[in-house]
Amino acid sequence: MSAVKNPMRSALGRVRHLGSAKEGVQHWWAQRLTALALVPLILWFVASLAYLAGADHAGFTGWLARPYNALLMIVLLAAGFHHAQLGLQVVIEDYVHREGCKLALLIVVKFAALLLALAGIFAVLKIAFGA
Amino acid sequence: MAKTARPLSPHLQIYSWKFTMLLSILHRATGIALAGGTLLLVYWLSAAASGAAAFADAQGIIGSWFGLLVLFGFSYALFFHLCNGIRHLFWDAGYGFDLGTAWASALVTIVVSAALTVIAWLAGISFMGGL
Repeated sequence: MSAVKNPMRSALGRVRHLGSAKEGVQHWWAQRLTALALVPLILWFVASLAYLAGADHAGFTGWLARPYNALLMIVLLAAGFHHAQLGLQVVIEDYVHREGCKLALLIVVKFAALLLALAGIFAVLKIAFGA
Repeated sequence: MAKTARPLSPHLQIYSWKFTMLLSILHRATGIALAGGTLLLVYWLSAAASGAAAFADAQGIIGSWFGLLVLFGFSYALFFHLCNGIRHLFWDAGYGFDLGTAWASALVTIVVSAALTVIAWLAGISFMGGL
């Protein structure tokens, strides 16, 4: 019966009554969602960089302190670093085959991405709140 | 993990070289480069948050010939990854898989990402010091 309903399930899976945990596409989906968000964000970011070319400190902080610029920069940092660490994870898993080395690299990449994202967001908030 | 003598798929050098393969590996290479480039973004934001002197230093480094070269490479990598990423999103949605379309979209990706890079730099130069 279940074989008819779900022909993709393996024989072993049917015997053990183990089905999908519904999380198999989580990584893939998060990569695509962040990619989709990054399309307009990157266009905004590059246009802003061109606009800000040669800006002095007052000019740049004045621009970044505007609420919509601060908000978009924070969203860019969050989506960008999430996308980057998901992508780097796949690269490491593809090319690094020694378990210990792979695990160490994955941990470094994930921690570094979080730390850098938070550092960037902290800098934006500091400028936005004028501290 | 147990090492079993399963048959492996042929190695890369077995396949004849195709133009679309270049874009495939460039997507990964630019992704890694962009992840590295985020260090520069976080440095730039942190410098702005810590004050005018630090920001002037950062602008000096980025504005040097080497800084501009890195920034130029970063901008092309960004536009390439953006355009090819959109190409990937179309594939994910089930469109553009046939050989002719894949070739055409590869060409469009190369041309559009180069054009966007030139446009962004021309815009940056024309805005230079305007803020």
